[in-house]
Amino acid sequence: MNAHLKMDKPDDRNRLDDMAQGLLGTAMDRPEGPLKVTGTATYAHEAHQPGMLHGVLVRATIARGTLDGVEAAAVEKMPGVRKVMWGDKFLRNPAQGTANKAPVQGSSEIYYIGQPVALVVADSFEAARHGAQSLELRMTAGTAVPDAKADGVAVERPEKKQSSMGDLKAAMQDAAFTVDQRYTTPGHNSAPMEPHSAIAWWDGDQLTLHASNQMLKYNVNEVADSLGIDPENVHLLAPYVGGGFGSKLGISPDAVAAALAAKELGVPVSVMLTRQQVFENVMRRSETAQDFQLAADKDGVLRGIGHTARVSQLPDESFAEPVTQATPFLYKGENRETHMEIVRVNQTCAGSVRAPGEAVGLTALEIAMDELAVATGIDPVELRKRNIPDRSPGEDKPFSSHKLAEALDDGAAIFGWADRKKGATDGEWLIGYGMSSAARVNMIGESHARVTLNPDGTLLIETDMTDIGTGTYAILTQIAGEMLGVPQDRIETRLGDSKLPKSAGSGGSWGASSAGSSVYMACEKLRQTIAAKLNCDEGDLTLKDGTATFANKQTPLTDLVGDAPMVVEGAIEPGKTQKDFRQATFGSFFCEVGVNSVTGEVRLRRMHGSFAAGRILNAKTARSQCLGGMTFGIGMALTEELIQDTRDGHLVNHDLAEYHIPVNADVPQLSVNFIAERDPYANPMQAKGIGELGICGAGAAIINAIYDATGVRVRDLPATMDKILPGLPDV
Amino acid sequence: MKTSLTINGTEHQLDADSRTTLLDALRNHLDLTGTKKGCDHGQCGACTLIVNGRRINSCLSLACMHDGDEITTIEGLGQPGNLSDLQDAFVKHDGFQCGYCTPGQICSATAMLQEVKDGWPSHVSADLTGDVDLTNAEISERMSGNLCRCAAYPNIVDAIRETAEGRK
Repeated sequence: MNAHLKMDKPDDRNRLDDMAQGLLGTAMDRPEGPLKVTGTATYAHEAHQPGMLHGVLVRATIARGTLDGVEAAAVEKMPGVRKVMWGDKFLRNPAQGTANKAPVQGSSEIYYIGQPVALVVADSFEAARHGAQSLELRMTAGTAVPDAKADGVAVERPEKKQSSMGDLKAAMQDAAFTVDQRYTTPGHNSAPMEPHSAIAWWDGDQLTLHASNQMLKYNVNEVADSLGIDPENVHLLAPYVGGGFGSKLGISPDAVAAALAAKELGVPVSVMLTRQQVFENVMRRSETAQDFQLAADKDGVLRGIGHTARVSQLPDESFAEPVTQATPFLYKGENRETHMEIVRVNQTCAGSVRAPGEAVGLTALEIAMDELAVATGIDPVELRKRNIPDRSPGEDKPFSSHKLAEALDDGAAIFGWADRKKGATDGEWLIGYGMSSAARVNMIGESHARVTLNPDGTLLIETDMTDIGTGTYAILTQIAGEMLGVPQDRIETRLGDSKLPKSAGSGGSWGASSAGSSVYMACEKLRQTIAAKLNCDEGDLTLKDGTATFANKQTPLTDLVGDAPMVVEGAIEPGKTQKDFRQATFGSFFCEVGVNSVTGEVRLRRMHGSFAAGRILNAKTARSQCLGGMTFGIGMALTEELIQDTRDGHLVNHDLAEYHIPVNADVPQLSVNFIAERDPYANPMQAKGIGELGICGAGAAIINAIYDATGVRVRDLPATMDKILPGLPDV
Repeated sequence: MKTSLTINGTEHQLDADSRTTLLDALRNHLDLTGTKKGCDHGQCGACTLIVNGRRINSCLSLACMHDGDEITTIEGLGQPGNLSDLQDAFVKHDGFQCGYCTPGQICSATAMLQEVKDGWPSHVSADLTGDVDLTNAEISERMSGNLCRCAAYPNIVDAIRETAEGRK
């Protein structure tokens, strides 16, 4: 049986609210939790195979040029080394999200320092590492563009990424208040705790690959295309993924190198990127330079917004950080200029890092809005509320559901925004308060799942969807349990196997909505089948704790299933509700910082986020996603910054000692609250994405609080001490 | 190189390359993959385990330096169905998301609570010689060698504090 929905019409039946199990939306523990806390969940590099060899990748040390050869013979003589490999099939760049085909390949052309150009395979990891460190590369240097900010760099302005509306210049001239400033954000790295890794082995022409990937449906095709084999011959497994944050959307060089080596040597081969290779190989968020122009009338209402953003990228890559993504819909303004500029540079490939676009674009906009609040003297919360549009002004589309005002009010009330004290101090610490809006586009992707109701009353949910820490195991279990009245302990959810029904995968905050809706569809069909057996309407059927109730008669589910399992494949795909409506999640951030009046050090003391993301599927995992997003925002505001050497583009701080992600002591006990919302245009669950909203604008609240504490306006992130110290008031 | 290691109460005879770290010995030679490799340079804490009662980064230590040592890994603290108090609290408080840093966090927290019990002060301790008041700031400070990119930090603090209070 199948149940397929194309989301062309809103679904405001809110069917999940009618269910009786009481499982969905609760703070249920993750079903895989006991495996993760005991070290028994198997990540990519842990599916050890008998006779497995170890491979270590070798990095290019010039920014542009050719690899003319490698001194393989010397390394192959080293104890334990089996093979040195390089060639046309090695990935030059990792695959972008949803690429669905091979990324650019080939060792012979070098485009950035750190490009993986060769692999040394050995009996042990130690021998492979020694071989990789010893391998001499014969390279011819070409002409590189190492510095995106150098004078005279060529700038592309793709026609599709430019838009104009009304007359911004006139609006700026006529405005009672204006902001006209440049904001810059540095590059960022996803830095998932699990380095990208793969174990590959072949059985004839069948490849099995344990890898660390977010989107198996696409990843299978990327691997197959890279190797020149039929996708049917690729079996990809990723049951547990140690974080992704965008860096594992597409395949990475380890997977293809492991597969090539395993084929060549006829034994299983594992390849794990070193932490330095994670930084150098698999995606950076581009640095941005963003020019904002805000034109407001005497009441602070925006009449115009200009947003021009410059990003960088390697040649031959179409992805450009979509910095201006939220600008068309977040605030009012009938006069608009939105422009993207791209500089081609010989640095690590730029790609998706948590919330591409809004993470940096909205953060800059929210600093600009704070500057407007200061200029107008209007409270920042009130200023934002005055600028909430009725329709998406830059796109001329209606909103599907819009809860920004509620989120602003809710956050302000919980934080105690009205009670904040201007000019407060605590010893040598200057105390300041800041806030910002949150917004992120919402969408679904085509997704399939199979749900099996067994004769013994147990449920099995199967899809190639991944759980990268997002809570997929939990929420799919809850959706099915709620719809079919089956308790958690009788449900098994299987994920991360490319042989299972194909899902949208994890990324772009669409995983829960997409995969969840496919499970919902399958369960709705199963409910209809059960109802037919009881001669009742599906809507009159109550399913709870393994029992079907209709007209005061109770029947055990096991009596209704019969001898053969009931199996339904459910599917969802996007339709008109995605194209014709602006779907987005909204929220607000409020925080309190202390800035040391002697050193300029910033400590976050308190932070709250209120978020509206449709139906919340699991209160615990959704909250954790928001904590994670907000903490990415803390890093963006205060410490995270990729630094490239302007002479050759090499990444100077390519590890966790030098690229500073927040540690436990940087993060206070953050609080999170969800606004009740059902978005009928999103999907039949009325749920929206939650994985990225928490980062979108979070950093701005901190930057704005630093201004409140000190009067220092940081427009060049992160707000390190050197930028604050010169502007501190005398103490 | 031959090394005798007692891991989770069981003696293992390891014969590995002298360059093998304790982390790689566990993962690649003894099939104990609960201990994770996050950076291999002592920067992230994912490989934290307990040697003779003290927490260390196992990636920064060669296996052959541990001849005769008593090693406790995450597998030795508890198993599904028989979780330690901390492991149980981590599940309840969602002290992880992807789970990759989690074994290191839990091994680290296990040893850290003993350090507190033994009266070891930290950078944020007001009193260097008295009993440690296990505030959130104390827990955060003492757990800052264990990075979590999913940023479950507030939940990790809650899980550790609840476990510590339960033991009082």
